[in-house]
Amino acid sequence: MSKGIPKNRIMDADGIRRAITRISHEIVEKNKGTENLVLIGIRTRGVPLAERIQARILEFEKVKLPLGILDITLYRDDLSMIDVQPVVHETKVPFSIEGKTVILVDDVLFTGRTARAALDALIDLGRPQRIQLAVLIDRGHRELPIRADYVGKNVPTSRREIVSVCLSEIDNSEEVLLLEKAD
Amino acid sequence: MSKKEVRALSWKRKDLLDLDDLSAQEIELILQCALPMKEVLSRPLKKLPTLRGKSIALMFYENSTRTRTSFEIAGKILGADITNFSVAQSSVYKGESLLDTAKTLQAMNIDLVIIRHASSGASEFLAKQLRAGVINGGDGQHAHPTQALLDFFTMKERWGDFRGKKILIVGDILHSRVARSNALGLKKLGAEVVLIGPPTLLPPEMSYLGVRTSYNLDRELPGADAVMALRLQLERQQSGLFPSLREYNRLYGLTKERIAKTGKDTIVLHPGPLNRGVEISSDLADSVQSVIEEQVTNGVAVRMALIYLLMGGGTGNVVA
Repeated sequence: MSKGIPKNRIMDADGIRRAITRISHEIVEKNKGTENLVLIGIRTRGVPLAERIQARILEFEKVKLPLGILDITLYRDDLSMIDVQPVVHETKVPFSIEGKTVILVDDVLFTGRTARAALDALIDLGRPQRIQLAVLIDRGHRELPIRADYVGKNVPTSRREIVSVCLSEIDNSEEVLLLEKAD
Repeated sequence: MSKKEVRALSWKRKDLLDLDDLSAQEIELILQCALPMKEVLSRPLKKLPTLRGKSIALMFYENSTRTRTSFEIAGKILGADITNFSVAQSSVYKGESLLDTAKTLQAMNIDLVIIRHASSGASEFLAKQLRAGVINGGDGQHAHPTQALLDFFTMKERWGDFRGKKILIVGDILHSRVARSNALGLKKLGAEVVLIGPPTLLPPEMSYLGVRTSYNLDRELPGADAVMALRLQLERQQSGLFPSLREYNRLYGLTKERIAKTGKDTIVLHPGPLNRGVEISSDLADSVQSVIEEQVTNGVAVRMALIYLLMGGGTGNVVA
């Protein structure tokens, strides 16, 4: 996705698989079962991650959680600040989130602005009972008071670095890379 | 066209004046962007924060309820502030020129102007003068790009692709900016377009659009995937361009029986407002083949997409 000079491989395919499995167990444990749970993946890479969590929970709990897709482009706070804007895609949440426990899934937690936009987007769809956040990577540098409930891996980074999550459903590989920003 | 190609394109325009200078990719991008907008329309809470703090002025120098309302709703759902500049009560009535009126709006820091005007080229004139973006909401007999875009979106929803599709546009082609914009755009998207009407309303010069013309509706019907009826301006009869409404209806009026001649699951479009019993029969307008109501809903979605793109929602690859 982002261009930069590769520095370090933070996670390989096995590492991603184990992290997803652990997060799936933690979600069920923390919520004492699967009742009222729904999964919502944030486009783009939160979606395959949410699908994987759904498959895991189906495996060991025999319950298929409803899964929705959230596009947060229209909720960003930087419309006029960057030249290149992401393409808007459809939000697909074909069920009511009223009174549900929503597990919001994304690949990387960084400044917290994406999560903030996702919270606004979700609340426009209804009034969930609670929202929890699951991310594969927490790289720090928060600009807003937001934290994740489930984290695959905490990675200390500098602001000059880029965390690139590659998932086989979208990318050609399955790994998490740390890149140095190319100027 | 694959999704990737559309995604790689970035939107750089501040105005939408005509479909003339848009590429097929740009048209596809607008249609693609309208899809998520339509999802927003189906929500119980129809409000986005996207354009909060931006202002849009509607300058409608010609009567229009549906187009003006559609733009107004589109802008409001996106969170922009809308100013309705009603011509009858404004200084236009006192003789102010179009340019002076526009400059006044610019001094008030309006970000986008949507204009409808009886003179062809009015929107282009404004776009050259203003820093603000301009959308042509219909100018004279020249262009009505947002109507054409909503027609494309409605057809694309049904078909997915325009290639190999045959579309008939029937009626007063000569005076119709809807027909002109539709013909230009559909040709770019790869569809076959036939313009149909009585010779007085379809002069041979219309072939400059590069599409086929015909005086005989019944001969063109077989194989048509969509038929679009244009609103017949009743005052044209007074100017002698056709002898009687009854004769017009007999030769060019769309009915269920006529549409059956296509031998296909043909859809029927109309830009509205309808002259029931003239260009379209009532039972056809209310039938399952008619997508006239869908066109109205899609109009809001397409206008949201366009406003969003023109006001900063330019596109490119996803930013990290």
